[in-house]
Amino acid sequence: MRTVTYGALAALGLTATAYAAPALKAEVGLEATAYFQDGTQDQSSKQASLRLLGDARWDWNGRDDSFTLKPFARLDSQDRERSHADVREALWLHARGPWQTRVGIGQTFWGVTEGAHVVDIVNQTDTLETPEGDARLGQPMLNVGWEREAHLVDVFVLPGFRERPFAGSDGRLRLPWVVNTDAATYESGAGRNHVDLAARYQFSANGLRLGLSGFRGTSREPELQPVVDMTKVGPGFFAPGYQPELQPYYPQITQWGVDLQLTRGDWLWKLEAIDRDGFGPKRFHTADAGLEYTQVGVFGSRCDLGWLLEGMYDSRQEQATHPFEHDVLLGWRLAFNDEASSDLLLAVLRDTEHPETYVRLKGSTRLNDRLKLAVEARVLATRDPQTPFAVLASPDLDYKLRSFGDDSHLRAELTWFY
Amino acid sequence: MRTALIASALAFALTSPCFADQADTIAQEADKRLHGFGDSAATLKMTLVNPSGQTAERALRVQNLETGDGDRSLMIFDTPRDVAGTALLTHTQPGSDDLQWLYLPAISRVKQIAAGNKSGPFMGSEFAFEDIVTPYWQKFSYSFVREEKCEALTCFVIERKPKDANSGYTRQQVWIDKQDYLIRRIDFYDRRNTLLKTYTATGFQKVQGYWRPASMLMVNTQNCKQTRLDWSEFKFKTGLKKDDFTENALKRAR
Repeated sequence: MRTVTYGALAALGLTATAYAAPALKAEVGLEATAYFQDGTQDQSSKQASLRLLGDARWDWNGRDDSFTLKPFARLDSQDRERSHADVREALWLHARGPWQTRVGIGQTFWGVTEGAHVVDIVNQTDTLETPEGDARLGQPMLNVGWEREAHLVDVFVLPGFRERPFAGSDGRLRLPWVVNTDAATYESGAGRNHVDLAARYQFSANGLRLGLSGFRGTSREPELQPVVDMTKVGPGFFAPGYQPELQPYYPQITQWGVDLQLTRGDWLWKLEAIDRDGFGPKRFHTADAGLEYTQVGVFGSRCDLGWLLEGMYDSRQEQATHPFEHDVLLGWRLAFNDEASSDLLLAVLRDTEHPETYVRLKGSTRLNDRLKLAVEARVLATRDPQTPFAVLASPDLDYKLRSFGDDSHLRAELTWFY
Repeated sequence: MRTALIASALAFALTSPCFADQADTIAQEADKRLHGFGDSAATLKMTLVNPSGQTAERALRVQNLETGDGDRSLMIFDTPRDVAGTALLTHTQPGSDDLQWLYLPAISRVKQIAAGNKSGPFMGSEFAFEDIVTPYWQKFSYSFVREEKCEALTCFVIERKPKDANSGYTRQQVWIDKQDYLIRRIDFYDRRNTLLKTYTATGFQKVQGYWRPASMLMVNTQNCKQTRLDWSEFKFKTGLKKDDFTENALKRAR
């Protein structure tokens, strides 16, 4: 299946090449990260990384047809797993009237909220790029879309599954036990060749944008199953050199989602919610709802100041597989509206039941037509991380960010655009 | 005294609606001549000039479509390079709030954005978004000020007040020439009613029967910055349809 897909794409790419020279773009990012301290398991506090993204596009048929190729690669000084490459897009797009067809490897994002991506499911999250999950792996897809006036329908057939990447043993922001991605197992007998189905209907009118979505197939999020060799567990310690591991298990799930944004003047009201069945012991729902209010020209300046408030919820509560099961996000977005398009986003995520706080600061500014500087800071205020053995003896479900307690950091990236 | 008062009140009652009517008629005529093109496509170069003379440029492509229920516009950014491929879709509606969607290619995400943003600087320039979109006469209330010479022509000078509470202006004084009803100059007054910016349009050319300025200059009299818009490759009736101004079209624009 996979070979066929790639073969067809290559053929298409070649056909497209015959028509015209492509429009080429590229970006190179140089990233430096300084952690406030060494990792819990002695990982280094310094990290340098190089990111490459290519973008070639061929248009033909009066731009009704196009083929886009976006290769991506990262080289990381610290984490072998974070040194990775991916085809973000290799996609033939055909548009005709209200119809749009996309065949190949593509990207699709669903959702509106800032705190968590609840509804988004078509693409696998590239967790190695940002912990917030803003980067996604290319997904093989056949997508047919129809859009007219207030209605938009998207149907996806998704052959070929992409496994979620995880930080390696030398990486930061990793779980106390390494995830062995080579040992992934699947509920479906077809493994990663299971063909998944997804669809979304969107209604929009007068500032209301409502999306209803459904997904049936392999869960993008794996259940992480602990595998412990009991012969290597002593009383209160592991045998020297031994560490248990986590093995990903990808069940078949059915997920229904709703994403909603109501835009009224300077106010945006947002909601994302899902109901997921087949993942873990019982059916559950997750939601992120809130608002964003923008003060245009705040304090008589050129700047716009946005206020963000969101509440996050998971019906599994402490059994949730993510840290935002009962959390509140308070954030400020500052757009300077200057020549350099400078902006700043500060988000504070706070657990409402346990004193655990995650602060994220993101800013960027254009240095010149080809150069951009981005800075990020992530600060985690939680309990000290547990030792790998303590995780086995008494896992802490109340402080889910605990494993990353030593991973607060500052990061800067310079990006060149070609 | 009393007679004078009554007389002046009477004169006011008689003349002021008449003046408003005249201003309305001028605005409607100018609006009428600006519309009726069906659809258009153009290339825009935006030059930002700061008080010390340093410049920064942006290049974008603009497509417009007139529909029964308002205008649709699509702006696609080519430079600066970090925003290449970013696209902005706007539905302008004469009777209600405009709707706007922004596509960010780096995260393949479409965001519907607050219409209130229209009064802020567009791409860091001295133009606000509300200065760039094709205006609808319905969005203002008018009064006639005077007639005066404007370069070689004679202009109507009218004052218009935005009805939209999100507008960044209390009023605008507009110079419209008597010959072709083209907007030659606009003085923008900020929320404190002081002069904020002056807009001048030059190099009018008739393209396929429609007058369009080749260059627009906005000078901010408060911060001494200016922005010039140079339009080129104007085309009308290019065959654009509603299907070219949808959310999917926004994502594939580039």
